[in-house]
Amino acid sequence: MAETMTTTAGSGVPAGSTPAPTGGRGGRRRSAVRRVRARLVHLLAVLLAVTFLSFVVVELLPGDAAVVVAGEGATPEQVEQVRRDLQLDRPVLVRYVDWLGGVATGDLGRSFRTGQPVAEALAQRIPVTFEITVVAQLLALLVAVPLAVYSAYRPGGFVDRVSMTLGFGAAAMPTFVFGMVLIVLFAGGITSILPATGYTGFFEDPVANMRSIVLPCLTLMIAEAAVYRQLLRSDMVSTLQEDFILMARSKGLPPRRVLLRHALRPSLFSLITLSGVNIGRLLGGAVIVETLFAIPGLGQLIVQAVFNRDYVILQGALLFVAVVYVVINMVIDLLYLVLDPRVRRDG
Amino acid sequence: MTDAHRSPGAARPTSRRVDRAPVGWYVAWTWLGAVVVVAVFAPLLPLADPLVPDYGAAFSGITPQHWLGGDSLGRDIFSRVAHGARASLLVGICAVGLGALAGGFLGMLAGYFGGRVERVLAFVTDVVLAFPSLVFLIAIVAVLGSSLATLILGLAVLSVPTFIRLARAATLTVAQREFVQAARAYGCRPFRIIVREIAPNVVLPVAAYAFIMVGIFIVVEGSLSFLGLGIPPPTPSWGGMIAAGRPELLSYPHISLFPAAVMFATVLSINYIGERVRKQFEVKGSNL
Repeated sequence: MAETMTTTAGSGVPAGSTPAPTGGRGGRRRSAVRRVRARLVHLLAVLLAVTFLSFVVVELLPGDAAVVVAGEGATPEQVEQVRRDLQLDRPVLVRYVDWLGGVATGDLGRSFRTGQPVAEALAQRIPVTFEITVVAQLLALLVAVPLAVYSAYRPGGFVDRVSMTLGFGAAAMPTFVFGMVLIVLFAGGITSILPATGYTGFFEDPVANMRSIVLPCLTLMIAEAAVYRQLLRSDMVSTLQEDFILMARSKGLPPRRVLLRHALRPSLFSLITLSGVNIGRLLGGAVIVETLFAIPGLGQLIVQAVFNRDYVILQGALLFVAVVYVVINMVIDLLYLVLDPRVRRDG
Repeated sequence: MTDAHRSPGAARPTSRRVDRAPVGWYVAWTWLGAVVVVAVFAPLLPLADPLVPDYGAAFSGITPQHWLGGDSLGRDIFSRVAHGARASLLVGICAVGLGALAGGFLGMLAGYFGGRVERVLAFVTDVVLAFPSLVFLIAIVAVLGSSLATLILGLAVLSVPTFIRLARAATLTVAQREFVQAARAYGCRPFRIIVREIAPNVVLPVAAYAFIMVGIFIVVEGSLSFLGLGIPPPTPSWGGMIAAGRPELLSYPHISLFPAAVMFATVLSINYIGERVRKQFEVKGSNL
């Protein structure tokens, strides 16, 4: 969460540099196109750097991948054979360029350990992580947005104070501790109503699937809901000081309309940024939660790949994580355009 | 946070309440003070040895000898929590300190010089943020071996991008002010301007955030120990203790929950104090 909190500071509304000549629809489209293009170049470079870094990192790991793959008790000759088979005897740079060529043609390679195609392994893990991430985010927003709007409407009131206190507690609670408390409460002793660990696919058994993701999703959403509420509340409180809110009120619009139609939209920037960053982070695997609840998600795959020196899997997974980061940053950027006409003109 | 859409005249409605320190403020400081004192003087205090098992007291509840009971080997939980505070605080404070120093300096460079320096740093920041932090930590632990120093180094590196962005934003707000221009007109070197003119204005927001970051890193250290990547086992650390109690979680929850409660209270205190300090600081900033 540390990093996510401040990404808003950097990648927030960009400082206007080249004003678009025309306003209106055309200007919006043009500035959007220009922005996407500039972003793409920058982020393609980020992708390359991240994947190359992970090649180097795996190279630095102590222990020899060939030894690991050949298994215990393998003769030096066998290890050498494996090394040649896996092409580990070639320099990092050559292997990296080779791998890039594979990616360009849609071939992510095969796992060292299991021989499973990387694309297949990813396809198994990503939906699991995706489901948990999306459900947890939706829950967090469902809880946070109404509480924040009402708290901003009546600052210092009962709802504001109670939700702030609870939020403070939730934000200070480490994820794994909260997960363990939930397990003790709902999966142990007489109150055992939910499975403590494990995951059932949605298409195998929808009900079991729902039951298996309740605790992980609750664990993930609680701290996020607290942060979201705090963020949206403080942004909304300052929006409510603006003249156009006074205007809307003096026109006699009902509070509900002023809050939801006039005040909410301009207050959403920080929330969208943070939520986007969090989705990106969680899609990369909520490792703690996946470990605690024994969920076969992407995070688990990545950690196992590092421990197994299975760098083909690691590469594929990191590529996915970096792509998600890139795409989400771009989507956030475009959402600013949708939300705020001022950004459209300045962009 | 993004203040871009906030009109400059918007008053902070909470500013008046901030002046009166609530009870929680003193409670938080007292708790933090107690934790720090216990952590610093843990080896001198009359506590049971945190490493010596006492199988008679295994899984014991609260007794006069063991104030918080014994863990699965009968080691005194109170003593281990006290010694664990050393590791947790050390990791949190050192990692954040290093990260804030490096990130703060680089951020000021980015904000002051702009142009190519800024673009390069933005690129580095993006790469670090797009790289899953856990993979980085696992790798660094695997390469350098798991120890306190490794952990501090790894976490410090991970916190650098955040501090770069923070310091850069703070630098941008002062870089065009009169006193900086005066120094430049005077012929001061950029390095001197950054250290003497800009740094004093960047230190406060960075320090306020660094304080909260200590709390975050205490949690991260705990999470790493939980995954078996933190401080190696016989040395007590809060995260390690919580993780060690996991197999017996349902029958003897106290082994995990006491250290968890202490960690919770400490992080809560840090967040509470940090939030208040940040608010006070913001009010001062808007009155400039």
